[in-house]
Amino acid sequence: MEELISRIVVGMSYGSVYALLAVGLVLTYKTSGVFNLAYGAQAFVSGAIYYDLRVRHDLPIPVALLVAVFIVAPLLGLVLDRGLFRYLRNATAIAKLVTSLALLVAIPQILKLWFGQNPAAGTQGIVPRGDTSYNPFGDVFVSRNDLATILVTLLVVIALTVLFRYSALGLQMRAVVESARLTELAGINADRVSTASWVLCSFLAGLAGVLLAPLFAAVSDLNYTTLVVVAISAAAVASLSSIPIALAGGLGLGVLQQILDRYLPTGSVLASNIRPALPFIALFLVLIFSPALRGRRELADPLAGVDPPPPALASTVRSAALTNATRIFGVVVGLLAAYYIFFHASGQWLDIAIRATILSVIFLSITVITGMAGQISLCQATFAGIGGCATAQLATRFGMSVLVAMLIAAALSALIGALLAVPALRLGGIFLSLATFAFALFFDNVMARFDWVGGGVVPEDAPRPTIGFINFDQSDKAFLVLCLLILLVVAVLVLAVRSGTTGRYLDALRGSETAAASIGINAARARITSFALAAAIAGVGGAMLTIYERAANYDPNFVYFQGLIWVVLVVSLGSRSVEGAIQAAAGLFVFQAVILNQVVPWLADHVQPWYHMGQPPQTLAIILLSLGAFTYAKHPEGILEFNKRKSLEAIQRLIDRRSSKGGATSAGGGTLDGSETVGLPAAAGGPAS
Amino acid sequence: MAAVPEAETVPILELRAVDAAYGPFRAIFGVSFALEPGRVLALLGSNGAGKTTIARVCSGLIVPTSGKVMFAGRDVTGQPAYRYARLGIVHAPEGRSVFASLSVEENLDLTFRRSRGRAGVRGALDQAFTLFPRLGERRRQSAGTLSGGEQRMLSLARVLVEQPRLLIADELSLGLAPIIVDEVYRTLERIRDAGTTLLLVEQHVHHALAIADDAIVLVKGEVAYSGPVSELGDLQARVLGGNAGADS
Amino acid sequence: MSGLLSAQSVTKKFAGITALDSVSLDVGDGEVVGLIGPNGAGKTTFFNCLLGLLKLDGGSVTFDGRDLAGVPTHKRARLGIGRTFQRIELFSGMSPRDHFLVAERVRNGRGALWKDLLFLGRPSSDENARADAMLELLGLQPAADRPIESLSLGVGRLVEIGRALMTEPKLVLLDEPSSGLDRHETEVLTEQLRTVQRERGFAVLLVEHDVEFVRSLVERVFVLDFGTLIASGTTAEVFADSAVRKAYLGDMV
Repeated sequence: MEELISRIVVGMSYGSVYALLAVGLVLTYKTSGVFNLAYGAQAFVSGAIYYDLRVRHDLPIPVALLVAVFIVAPLLGLVLDRGLFRYLRNATAIAKLVTSLALLVAIPQILKLWFGQNPAAGTQGIVPRGDTSYNPFGDVFVSRNDLATILVTLLVVIALTVLFRYSALGLQMRAVVESARLTELAGINADRVSTASWVLCSFLAGLAGVLLAPLFAAVSDLNYTTLVVVAISAAAVASLSSIPIALAGGLGLGVLQQILDRYLPTGSVLASNIRPALPFIALFLVLIFSPALRGRRELADPLAGVDPPPPALASTVRSAALTNATRIFGVVVGLLAAYYIFFHASGQWLDIAIRATILSVIFLSITVITGMAGQISLCQATFAGIGGCATAQLATRFGMSVLVAMLIAAALSALIGALLAVPALRLGGIFLSLATFAFALFFDNVMARFDWVGGGVVPEDAPRPTIGFINFDQSDKAFLVLCLLILLVVAVLVLAVRSGTTGRYLDALRGSETAAASIGINAARARITSFALAAAIAGVGGAMLTIYERAANYDPNFVYFQGLIWVVLVVSLGSRSVEGAIQAAAGLFVFQAVILNQVVPWLADHVQPWYHMGQPPQTLAIILLSLGAFTYAKHPEGILEFNKRKSLEAIQRLIDRRSSKGGATSAGGGTLDGSETVGLPAAAGGPAS
Repeated sequence: MAAVPEAETVPILELRAVDAAYGPFRAIFGVSFALEPGRVLALLGSNGAGKTTIARVCSGLIVPTSGKVMFAGRDVTGQPAYRYARLGIVHAPEGRSVFASLSVEENLDLTFRRSRGRAGVRGALDQAFTLFPRLGERRRQSAGTLSGGEQRMLSLARVLVEQPRLLIADELSLGLAPIIVDEVYRTLERIRDAGTTLLLVEQHVHHALAIADDAIVLVKGEVAYSGPVSELGDLQARVLGGNAGADS
Repeated sequence: MSGLLSAQSVTKKFAGITALDSVSLDVGDGEVVGLIGPNGAGKTTFFNCLLGLLKLDGGSVTFDGRDLAGVPTHKRARLGIGRTFQRIELFSGMSPRDHFLVAERVRNGRGALWKDLLFLGRPSSDENARADAMLELLGLQPAADRPIESLSLGVGRLVEIGRALMTEPKLVLLDEPSSGLDRHETEVLTEQLRTVQRERGFAVLLVEHDVEFVRSLVERVFVLDFGTLIASGTTAEVFADSAVRKAYLGDMV
């Protein structure tokens, strides 16, 4: 009994921090419409700075606290608002999610440039002698740190509730998130309100970050980012809207975790796998079973009509001649690259080419799920992993040919994708993404650890195939050809689906779900199809990678973090077109090979500030790539697509110049009140014409 | 505010050679007009002629690509929309312009608390609910659960209760039952009599012309007529679509 | 109760407020029926009940001899209930022709994933011909291949109507089709609707505030106020009714 009470108190302390993060998440969502996946990363910033000042530089608590929580954290919020989210205010929920993903990836890496790569041990709380315990009765012990955490949380949550319920600023914050323009029409400076809410939310993140520190042995970004998953569950319990429920949810999860930790049987593989994965399981279950989340849709800005319509795909506006010219150009470049790789390149470039080809296949799954179905899935790396592991298992255990195994693995991925989609699709937008996120974390932490999945300690082997007299084990060049063939087949299939019934139903659904239902389109079926298809494609890609590496290496290749980077990369470069996926994959590796392996080491040798970095290339790659995602805010069609359209328009203008007298756009310069160019057919000559 | 209106001669709002763009398409071209204080101007034209764009330029929602917007002799081009609102320009946008997640009362509160101060909110709310009793019955309901017409009423209540210097009303009668439309127009007359300048965008031309002093006819984003309603002449018949009679 | 659509004592409550109180209404085969009433009377709620977007708290809806209880929205569309929207809902980025082709594919049910994978998912010549016929019927050929964003509201309404008709509905629910249109566009729309309706013979249930528009199209009218049916009958009867004039028309002539 006393032990239970002790556990509950410790759980309350954990729970308070979860609650603080959850309340912060809810608040950010309510006041800016951003589901801030980077919230844990923000907390990490303050946690790390506090640690640095307090432990490394031995500054007094008030000074360290003042700098980390009251200066740096709000400042970070200010920077995020002014530099980033202000421009996203009228963007789609997907754009906001991708941006926060990019931040989640980038912030810890940027901090590491200064903080060093290794997690720092020996954390301290915000009260002196935090480890001192009180012993009110029996065997119950309460540390000063625990008490401080619980008290601060309660105070903050009460203050926030009052602010939100009763103050004018609270009302304005809720109004701005729905329609900044309408709020401005009421004479309220929407920019200032949104800055205020970002500063406030960031302050909360910083506070949580510092309070969290003593709960861990060391300050490391992974602790923080994973912890946020628990906070997300608590926020989901509150359907992202109720601050008191978020508080209760956070506390409840903290206590539950401690109790399960104590009373779950030890020993079995399942139990030891489940223990660390509790947050992910909790999130998944909350998302699937919470009735309040079902069928929730984002509120539309009633003044969205002020924004110009999204631009059409470059390929749909260019002329036939130009289309052919682009195609020929593409083929020529491809052939030149192939010639070089086959006859002149080093083994390193061959490796890059093969990996880029394989990654292109995986990226095509993102084209299907995001570009065609308009959903963000954060578990495409997991599906690739499922494909890879299944291939290796089938090949090792049943001696199956890897190519046959690959097809079976793809079917298995598709099946799991469909099974995941059935409950997840009842959730709208970001909740769907969160469910896939939870699934990815769950698979990484539980499923992949089993012998019959990831292969346990030693990954399962997957031999390269032999077809006829071609032995792919001997020749990487032959394997590249095989990969290219598979990529070609997958790309063609994706094109076929996009131009076929499924693709057009998905187009219709993206355009208007209610209208699609009104003519009898079954939204669930079309979306489940797209999920399954995307999972199958990712499975094929994962299988190819496994075959190439001759073993299913789950951790380096398929953990959720990979999936996040992939989504950010593809979406910010252009998820709508097949060539976008291929260019993203090729670009990634060329970038790594040229910039990171050549330019950065040179810089590191000649310019000094890199001394802190253990591994400059890796860190820098992630930072640069994720910063690229911020262009997504301005160009939701993808930066490649944007540049393509721009250059096409320039070329088209050159072509047009001979024939026409300066009609600038091919769209026609009509008058547009709600973007009209064509009047009613019978409306020959309007009034007063 | 701090502006110095020089008696009657300075127009309360003036557009000078305004072009405004909408994405890759151009919406209005070289539009110029002046609104004299206390008068009622009707913006007429077919769908897509650029009426709504002009209304949005006048309230700062859209920044012109060229040209100037003057308020009481002061250049306000390019300023954020909330500054326009604080100068006394109130815009009732077309469609259901309400905060769906806020309650009816909170929707109104947001505006009134700024314009009337905390103490004035009560009175303003009472006024709004006298104007539209239906809203009073639903004051605690979230605005998203109101019917389409009721949402129109809510966004109208917000602007009709204010006594702005300039009221821009975009498609007031859209989606309202005839009996409500009449009520809305009676309120507009009261507001005008109290000294507010009105800029009306209206599909139902006869309603607008019944109250307007001046009219502007837009054709494909350009001003085709600008002057008193009485001199609209045969243009009136054409604007009215060959049916100068009432709706019913 | 004969006829195509029959709503029997439909009741709907929201958080204690009765939005629809035992509303009964019927539409015969090929009949054009109007539904009018002041704002907030429950017209849209009633539409949503017919379409399965809201669950009934009482009463029943029968369509074509079949009880619609528990039938999801997209299945009702396949049974033959088409609709248009008060604020137009079109598929952004698609042309009018694309709209019709998608609707046609839903109607003939020839879409299957394996066909897509074998490149058999593109529109057939037969489907193209049917889409062309609809474009011609509605006079939309000049706008056939332009992106929907570049078309006027009036054209958008016609596209919505065409899209609904492509599924060959037995009943079309029109939700304030003249909303946002000017006089001229409204007249064009009325004319088009009358022609198409005569040619195809589908039934119509029309919600509309434009009294002129209702008169020129509709044979019978139902009037809702505060969730109850206060009048029904032929257009002339109903518009002469004093209760209707008081609740809806006001002091208009």
